[in-house]
Amino acid sequence: MRSTPRRLSRTLTAVAALALAAACGSTEPTGTAAPAPGSSGFTPPKIEALQSLGAGEGQVNLVAWAGYVEDGSSDPKVDWVTEFESTTGCQVNTKVAGTSDEMVNLMKTGEYDAVSASGDASLRLIAAGNVAPVNTALIPNYADVFAGLKDRPWNSVNGVSYGVPHGRGANLLMWRTDKVSPAPDSWGVVFDPNSPYKGSVTAYDSPIYIADAAVYLMATKPELGIKSPYALDDTQFQAAVDLLKQQRTIIGEYWSDYTKEIQAFKAGDTVVGTTWQVIANLAQADQAPVEVTLPKEGATGWSDTWMVAANAKHPNCAYKWLDWIISPKANAQVAEWFGEAPSNAKSCAETADPKHCDTFHATDEDYFSKVYYWTTPIPQCLDGRTDVTCKDYAEWTRAWTEIKG
Amino acid sequence: MRRRLATFLHRHAGVRLSLLLSAPMAWLGLAYLGALAALLVTAFWSTDTFTGNLIRTFTWSNFQDLVTGEVYRTVALRSLGVAAAVTLIDLVVAFPMAFAMAKLASPRTQRWLVIAVLTPLWASYLVKAYAWRVLLSSEGILGWGYGLGATILTLSYLWLPYMILPIYAGLERLPNSLLDAAGDLGARPWRTFRTVVWPLTFPAVVAGSIFTFSLSLGDYITVKIVGGSSQLIGNVVYDNIGAANNLPFAAAVATVPVLIMLVYLSAVRRTGALENL
Repeated sequence: MRSTPRRLSRTLTAVAALALAAACGSTEPTGTAAPAPGSSGFTPPKIEALQSLGAGEGQVNLVAWAGYVEDGSSDPKVDWVTEFESTTGCQVNTKVAGTSDEMVNLMKTGEYDAVSASGDASLRLIAAGNVAPVNTALIPNYADVFAGLKDRPWNSVNGVSYGVPHGRGANLLMWRTDKVSPAPDSWGVVFDPNSPYKGSVTAYDSPIYIADAAVYLMATKPELGIKSPYALDDTQFQAAVDLLKQQRTIIGEYWSDYTKEIQAFKAGDTVVGTTWQVIANLAQADQAPVEVTLPKEGATGWSDTWMVAANAKHPNCAYKWLDWIISPKANAQVAEWFGEAPSNAKSCAETADPKHCDTFHATDEDYFSKVYYWTTPIPQCLDGRTDVTCKDYAEWTRAWTEIKG
Repeated sequence: MRRRLATFLHRHAGVRLSLLLSAPMAWLGLAYLGALAALLVTAFWSTDTFTGNLIRTFTWSNFQDLVTGEVYRTVALRSLGVAAAVTLIDLVVAFPMAFAMAKLASPRTQRWLVIAVLTPLWASYLVKAYAWRVLLSSEGILGWGYGLGATILTLSYLWLPYMILPIYAGLERLPNSLLDAAGDLGARPWRTFRTVVWPLTFPAVVAGSIFTFSLSLGDYITVKIVGGSSQLIGNVVYDNIGAANNLPFAAAVATVPVLIMLVYLSAVRRTGALENL
């Protein structure tokens, strides 16, 4: 009689352990590329770029965002790796990273040849000497990359290129056309404490969202003198945090999982809030009556860069990969799969949806001039100020916990 | 040779025992207590904000932030409240169900009921949480919306089997003759429950409550899916690792649920329930 419950309780313990493991093991979809600007004010270690291209080494090890290196295992139709492998003889080994921090840590191991770094990771990798300058003369497709993406603060230092641009996108304002009128053209609709949409507003669940509040303050409170939403001193930071604490009262829920946002908009639980273009497309495909806009204040966004490790064991294959991923066809495929603007101008003719480049504003520099690419805040103010200390990302994270309460 | 070894082991009970126990003890010591120790040590370090490297020098600053930050107290108390509410709801739902299973159903039905209770455990945690998200959505069947209430409801559903099964096991151990005796001596159902059933199944209830309480205390996914804009301790830990790469502070925050569980377990121990499990 006694042994049965005993065994049962032991089984239960095992089941509980399994449940815990399952709970802890699940991950949410990558919080997309984080990215970024910033005139840095540091001198990178002197590392020589590759001078000439040799034969491939037979394989290449990549660190990438989910969806950037697809060999057909996610969807048989989504495959731009197999052809690369057969053409170049370079076997592709991919390690998918979930955050910029993870990417930086992986690159520090020295096991990888190339990385699809976002703006914050890219500067840190350059400063730490983990990545080498890239000799763009060895990458024929670089010539076709949009001029607006070349030699930018997040992929080049002092005119030296450290990588090739992968693609970019903006965080947009999405709303339900049947529940929100008039159509909003300002972030005010998600920040106004008296918003008529109280309880149905959504915001991105990450400390980086503080930058969205800063972008709004740049337009509405010019007296704060915010020049970059990622370089905030005490007063500016406090203003952004206060704005977000006020916003908390009208938030229905925060999102970081994009399927969750699609469902919330479709059901009407959420009627207005920040989003990505790809989410809007998926929601519209799901018959949800939603529209998106780039509000007049501008917005945050991302722009990613493929970089080569300073001590790459397979540099030739890495260069071949860089050239391949920005080639018109492959760049078009990855841009469509991920839902972003391609970096190669010729990709626009290669997309399955002929309107892809228009939808994602690939050629619209005016559109992207209003986009502040994500970057990780550091104590040295990214806007060039030296008389104050800016809030770093650890402090942003703590503030974010406080905002959510 | 083998026989000599067998004889040796037969004569030296201590050696026999230590050989038997060395593997599980190594597991417990290294994998379990070792991880806890690593957690505690990490909590006293800090990180370089630019390179993200660990700085391995002793500092109290993480705990200072934790104690002085009002938000962490609020979040800890909220998590405690959620865990207590889930445990209570599960107890109220599980006890009658376990009683029916153990005392009223035929042995054949009993087996089927146990399977029925276990079946939800075969489905993925995420699927079940998202199913509740759909149910609670304003266009869903329930349509109650998201928030802390939704979180408690979903967690209660998720952990219910962990409460039913220990209580069922406890009730099965309770001889029917005791219930009959109580009835023969004139006790009404409520009195029988209070003086016979409850005291004898209390250890089982405690076992179940340890499951539901600790599982709820550490959860951070359900609250992300149906919690609206609220957050629990788990989310604070997760945000500090996933977003900020601040492992030391995350470790410091993670000591809070460990402390709460230690207090809970020592309180349980004082009731004597653990000896009767």
